[in-house]
Amino acid sequence: MKAFTYERASDMRSAIRAASREGAKYISGGTNLLDLMKLEIEHPTHLVDISRLPLKHIEQTKSGGLRIEAQVSNSALAADERVRSLYPVLSQALVAGASGQLRNKASVGGNLVQRNRCPYFYYDGPDGCNKRESGSGCSAINGFNRSHAILGGSDSCIAANPSDMAVALAALDAEVELLSADRATRLVPISDFYRLPGDTPHIETVLEHGEMITAVVLPPPPPGHQLYRKVRDRASYAFALVSVAVVVANDRRAITSARVAFGGVATKPWRSLDAETALIDKPPTMETFRFAAEKALEGAVGRGHNDFKIELAKRTLCDTLTRVLERA
Amino acid sequence: MVALTVNGRVEQLELDTRTTLLDALREHIHLTGTKKGCDHGQCGACTVLVNGRRINSCLTLAVMHEDDEIVTIEGLGSPDKLHPMQASFVECDGFQCGYCTPGQICSAVGMLEEAKAGWPSHVTVDVSVTDIELTDDEIRERMSGNVCRCAAYPNIVAAIRDVARGARS
Repeated sequence: MKAFTYERASDMRSAIRAASREGAKYISGGTNLLDLMKLEIEHPTHLVDISRLPLKHIEQTKSGGLRIEAQVSNSALAADERVRSLYPVLSQALVAGASGQLRNKASVGGNLVQRNRCPYFYYDGPDGCNKRESGSGCSAINGFNRSHAILGGSDSCIAANPSDMAVALAALDAEVELLSADRATRLVPISDFYRLPGDTPHIETVLEHGEMITAVVLPPPPPGHQLYRKVRDRASYAFALVSVAVVVANDRRAITSARVAFGGVATKPWRSLDAETALIDKPPTMETFRFAAEKALEGAVGRGHNDFKIELAKRTLCDTLTRVLERA
Repeated sequence: MVALTVNGRVEQLELDTRTTLLDALREHIHLTGTKKGCDHGQCGACTVLVNGRRINSCLTLAVMHEDDEIVTIEGLGSPDKLHPMQASFVECDGFQCGYCTPGQICSAVGMLEEAKAGWPSHVTVDVSVTDIELTDDEIRERMSGNVCRCAAYPNIVAAIRDVARGARS
């Protein structure tokens, strides 16, 4: 690990000021950052510890949603009774990720900015890694790419976003609350928070240097039943090959409302408006689900080892829709 | 100087900022019960309790834990006065080589508190239900952050099940 200086932030203003310095970074749970610092992929020269800032509340908003402050742990969010009853897909996504120990430490804000798990990002590859060193190349495109994205990739990067939580947040239309050095707060829809890799895959979000994630804001829950389904190589404690978050409502005739988001298959949490449009006003049958799945995966690109994800994502969506409507 | 409270004792330490909590415990306070396995949060051998909650001590900096209450395997019990979870692991033969055992035990103690608080897990069918019954599936899922290279899992689950049942009755 490279040497760094450390300070514990006493308030948000001083934290932002300190983190705006060149080479400085925030640390909260540290479960991803320290892992990457040990491998010298991340090498901040100054750490600003924001884990003790008073940002640990979950409160109801005036519009009937929830405002979740960024220093709430993943465990505390998953266990919150309002989340469990009104946004079960979020609680399910959280407990599908990592381990009990990691969820206890990892913060909501940190989860949003966790880095990808491409093996060539972690360890050297023959053709470099554009996320580690911009312009060095991508070893995954012609390499071992079983875990990689089939949607949203570019010739520069096909690393999949690893978050489960963010997939549920995408389905729930969450907004990310950011506070910058000029003390302005901005709310960014989660779909705009993440950037596609394009030819700058090292820039993963719209966060500016020094800007702090202060909260995640959920609108009132969409109508219908919610379900998160994760498919992975092991029964537990593994990243998704494919995951799906759905929120679906129906009457006796047809599906009346639908939210669909995918994880494990895209370079960012992947909301599929095409799948949603294909479901609404259609009877809840396998034919409808399959049509929506085809729509969702239009434009998917396999790179060899990850070709199976295209069909797996379709089947996982169909299965998840079947299950969630059985509960309805 | 950093003051760490470990097993009820305050330790004044002079540490490099890079020192993880795990290295502070093992190399500076010489509490070697907590083990270093992968050093990347994947194996759980370094699990300790901080303010009653289990965490991976390898993935956190010692300087971040001033004023926290840290409990290691040495603080749970002693050879003459075992913690019920330690006694249960002995009773059920919940280990072979023993390297993962301190982490397994600290994790299990933290896990039972989480279940008692009604926290859901990935195998909890209805996450809105807060009365958690610790079935073997629940125990396995909640302990998935602790890897045992000897694969003593059946007896680890048995040891935890025995303590959980005792706590429930």
